[in-house]
Amino acid sequence: MAKYWHEDIETMSPEDMRKLQNERLVKQVHHVYENVPYYRDLMDKKGVKPDDIRSVDDLHKLPFLSKADLREAYPFGLLAKPLSDCVRIHSTSGTTGKRVVAFYTQHDIDLWEDCCARAITAAGGNEDDVVQIAYGYGLFTGGMGVHGGSHKVGCLTLPMSSGNTERQIQFMRDLGATILCCTPSYAAYLGESLHEMGLTPDDIKLKAGIFGAEPWTEEMRRSIEASLGIKAYDIFGLTEISGPGVAFECEEQSGMHINEDHFIPEIIDPETGEVLPEGTVGELVFTSITKEAFPLLRYRTRDLCVLSRKKCSCGRTLIKMAKPMGRSDDMMIIRGVNVFPSQIETVLIEQGYSPNYLIEVDRKNNTDTIDISVEMNPDQFSDKMKDVQDKEKALAAAMKTMLGINPKVHLVSPKTIARSEGKAVRVIDRRKLHD
Amino acid sequence: MDTIKQISIFVENQPGKLAELTRLIADAGIDLRTLSLADTRDFGILRVIVNKPDETEKLLKENDWTYKTAEVIGVKVPDRPGGVAEVLEAINEAAVNVEYMYAFVNRIPGRADTVFRVDDIETTLKALRSKGIEILTPEEAYCI
Repeated sequence: MAKYWHEDIETMSPEDMRKLQNERLVKQVHHVYENVPYYRDLMDKKGVKPDDIRSVDDLHKLPFLSKADLREAYPFGLLAKPLSDCVRIHSTSGTTGKRVVAFYTQHDIDLWEDCCARAITAAGGNEDDVVQIAYGYGLFTGGMGVHGGSHKVGCLTLPMSSGNTERQIQFMRDLGATILCCTPSYAAYLGESLHEMGLTPDDIKLKAGIFGAEPWTEEMRRSIEASLGIKAYDIFGLTEISGPGVAFECEEQSGMHINEDHFIPEIIDPETGEVLPEGTVGELVFTSITKEAFPLLRYRTRDLCVLSRKKCSCGRTLIKMAKPMGRSDDMMIIRGVNVFPSQIETVLIEQGYSPNYLIEVDRKNNTDTIDISVEMNPDQFSDKMKDVQDKEKALAAAMKTMLGINPKVHLVSPKTIARSEGKAVRVIDRRKLHD
Repeated sequence: MDTIKQISIFVENQPGKLAELTRLIADAGIDLRTLSLADTRDFGILRVIVNKPDETEKLLKENDWTYKTAEVIGVKVPDRPGGVAEVLEAINEAAVNVEYMYAFVNRIPGRADTVFRVDDIETTLKALRSKGIEILTPEEAYCI
């Protein structure tokens, strides 16, 4: 059984990888400069010419692209190929503003699906596997990307899309699905539903799950692994760069290998834009060096994370990114303190609560308030008022230790917080700080 | 043992929640023998004694209510000045703590039946009986 999808690339020496990246980068900068007037203007304004970029060492000279640029250039402004050469578009969910559309040639689709095939292979998948894809299909990249990767590997592919949980579980059982691909919150919900139907992991054949498209914690990983009886692998991606498979996890489960033969990562200081050394937390930036139709150079992802070239036991030499600590869009500043939903989730799971929660932020009398509603499981309930209040207090105290601010914690009945079949809505910010 | 099954239900502090819960119980043909509500700003705990405890549990579970059952003691407290004081003194002498208590809604002359939730049931039962205080049987409690 193959351990790698592209062994030559995935285990390439860092020197050879750098050589490959240099060649591809130089070619890509010329392609973009010649075909994308929007980016050519940015380079001209900065006084950078394509010939100034001779290797990855020169990457820092190029201007950044941000989500704002993508919105401004909507829909065709960053296109680098005639539409007649493109075969597909995908679009972001638009959760943080106007939608972004990305274009793909057949070459772009192929390289993206290859990235997903690497991820599936790293999760132990091969042609004997049955891959159940419960990511949404359609404009969202999650479903179609993993779907294509699964075809490449030769797995029997179940294009379920998200939702219809009972049918998901029925197909999982009847068709013997071995690998599940969906968002981690939907995986958790499927695990919960399985148990409610009186089933255990012994009733299904799942062995692995590939989960991404939203932030999740190690604690959530352990809880999903236990409820479905699987090994859970993280996958990272974004529509702007291609989709899922930009980076993927191996059996070591300690960060995701970036497919750096296609996407060069950098970590920058989000304030100054300065490139930070390996091992420093900062904003993740990607440069796409092989895509034809929508080749973004130095695209700021807003994800805060850290890169590492530490030797991996899986044998891959591809650089690893840690699980993002949050998107800078997700970060809330409450009473002057940076708060990430992932921190709240960590506390909940440590304290034995379900990771179903809702954060409500408001401002009353010029003071920020944060209210966290948490589902209580029946075992945590007591007929004694004091026991329930003590639980609320203990949870609020643990939150204060983690966050540095004092939230109000409200225990609520199970299943009263809306479940999501896609990306979960965890935060409602009612503060009207901007128009 | 002569204890009664009490069901405590978690009720979020939202308009209509209590009505929704009691309607659910009523529509299943279950009779509330007595009840007590403890509340805070955010939530309440409705404690009930019903004629069909097992059916009620099943109903709550099916409808996703959070509940807990507990064994409580029903005491036939004499309906005269000092009646409840005597019962509490007897429990106190046995060094048992009362978590909470509430009265039954019944119409038996001379009796003010009361529910006691204590942290040591056996000791309490023994102490009360030694003072000649009568205990409600489950049958009496569920079908008063």
